[in-house]
Amino acid sequence: MNQCEEQAEIVRNEQLAPEIFRLTLTAPEIAWHAHPGQFVMARISPCYDPLLRRPLSIHQTIGSHQIQLLYKVVGKGTRILASLSPGQKLNLTGPLGHGFDLAGTQAVCLVGGGMGIAPLYFLAKEIMRATTPPKCIVLLGARTAVEFGPLPQDFIDIGVTKIYLATDDGSLGHHGYIAELLHQHLDFHPWTVYTCGPHPMMKAVVSQCRKQGWECQVSLETMMACGIAACLGCAIPRADLSGPYLHVCKDGPVFKAEEVAWL
Amino acid sequence: MTQPDLRVTIGGLVFKNPVLTASGTFGYGKEFAPYVNLHHLGGIVVKGISLEERRGNPPPRIVETTGGMLNAIGLENVGLERFIAEKMPYLRGIGTRVIVNILGNSLEEYQRLGQRLSEIEGISALEVNISCPNVKKGGVAFGTDPAMAEAVTRAVCAHSSLPVIVKLSPNVNDIAQIARAVETGGAQAVSLINTLLGMAIDVKSRRPKLANIVGGLSGPAIKPIALRMVWQVAQAVKIPVIGIGGITTTEDALEFLLAGATAIEVGTANFINPRASQEIVEGLARYVTDNRLNNISEVIGELVLA
Repeated sequence: MNQCEEQAEIVRNEQLAPEIFRLTLTAPEIAWHAHPGQFVMARISPCYDPLLRRPLSIHQTIGSHQIQLLYKVVGKGTRILASLSPGQKLNLTGPLGHGFDLAGTQAVCLVGGGMGIAPLYFLAKEIMRATTPPKCIVLLGARTAVEFGPLPQDFIDIGVTKIYLATDDGSLGHHGYIAELLHQHLDFHPWTVYTCGPHPMMKAVVSQCRKQGWECQVSLETMMACGIAACLGCAIPRADLSGPYLHVCKDGPVFKAEEVAWL
Repeated sequence: MTQPDLRVTIGGLVFKNPVLTASGTFGYGKEFAPYVNLHHLGGIVVKGISLEERRGNPPPRIVETTGGMLNAIGLENVGLERFIAEKMPYLRGIGTRVIVNILGNSLEEYQRLGQRLSEIEGISALEVNISCPNVKKGGVAFGTDPAMAEAVTRAVCAHSSLPVIVKLSPNVNDIAQIARAVETGGAQAVSLINTLLGMAIDVKSRRPKLANIVGGLSGPAIKPIALRMVWQVAQAVKIPVIGIGGITTTEDALEFLLAGATAIEVGTANFINPRASQEIVEGLARYVTDNRLNNISEVIGELVLA
């Protein structure tokens, strides 16, 4: 078990879009052990208000010492995160959970929506690092163009050549849902599709993969209190809706699409 | 310099210090090994065990509230035999006392749990859960009626050679009355409080935030209530009281000891600060040294009135 508690020091807390931030931290222990798809639990307040830690996917590691987290301001906790400045400390536990499985992939497609793009960038970096990277297509969705910030360019900068965007309002790329682009860009190769984003988006992606026979891995998000399988708050039903629940913090957050129920 | 003496005695057992971890907040111990030196703790109370494996309640199971959280896990656990086979080998090696929290749907189930666990090496005591608010049968039904609470206690004590701690529900009119009943039933100690029944609603969807609709409130928000109940129960019974409810710091732990608790359990704080229990042990040691006490028990029940 390589997880630990670390007093991470904030290097940068950049605003990428009106409510979207990218936090760079010095966290050598976590950076060293992290795999794409894993997450950290951030203790927002040294007091107990807000009470619980917040789960955040690791957006990337930089060198052997830094990690980046991507977050959107949605409530009290993330508003406090957005107010943190360089030099301040943020207590993290991690790296936690079971990440993406990269074994034996020949052609990969990464489908991310909104903050679901966060773990896919770490995954893309890992994929592009190979001496002969597999064929790689990246599909990214957002509500509106400005919410992408610099993220599409980040994928291009690490060597991703096939990247397609979609926005709900049509302000950039395809006007509509990103899942609608899958069949346009994927031929009948044995694709491995990795997806993270809002539940309806992932559900649509999973449904297409099932039809085409493509392998699909999904990164899920739930409420959780501890991140280490003690509270058992992050239960989700298995595909057949029977047997013991799966726990997102330990069995996931990345699952094979066919393991979980798509309700 | 000599080590500060933090030892306390409950049910004839000496604990190296009064800091335990509360059931359902510390897994089966192993989950916290990356963060805590388990052998530094007074003991750990493992996740509630039932005869058969339990699936627990459907999600969503938890929600954050101001200063607290609601949970409706529904006692998901691996069941008695898997607990013995899969969890006990590790627990035997952690160098601290292991208390097993048990839960049944009937008197007979409580008896069988007590009997079977008494045969297992490495278990120091049982904590009988008669207070879980999140399951339909058993649990709290036994904890809200003094006669039933006494009967469950008697049943477990008669069939088990282990010291029996009964965990009490705060969702009653008179917790001292229940405490007296379980003392009469033969309990060697009581632990309190379990969670307070609560609720949260999403105003956008107009739905309850928990699939179970209601759940148990824990965390700092409940500490004043827990402290008051511990104080009341400590006056009412002669057996030791273990204080539980919103303890996050050494100062919180000291408040419970002053109110009459012989030991405390750290619960929800483990989720936020996985090292909370160990930090409280260290804090109590400093307190004993700084105040030149011979033993931490010199503060137990030393609340000053008037």
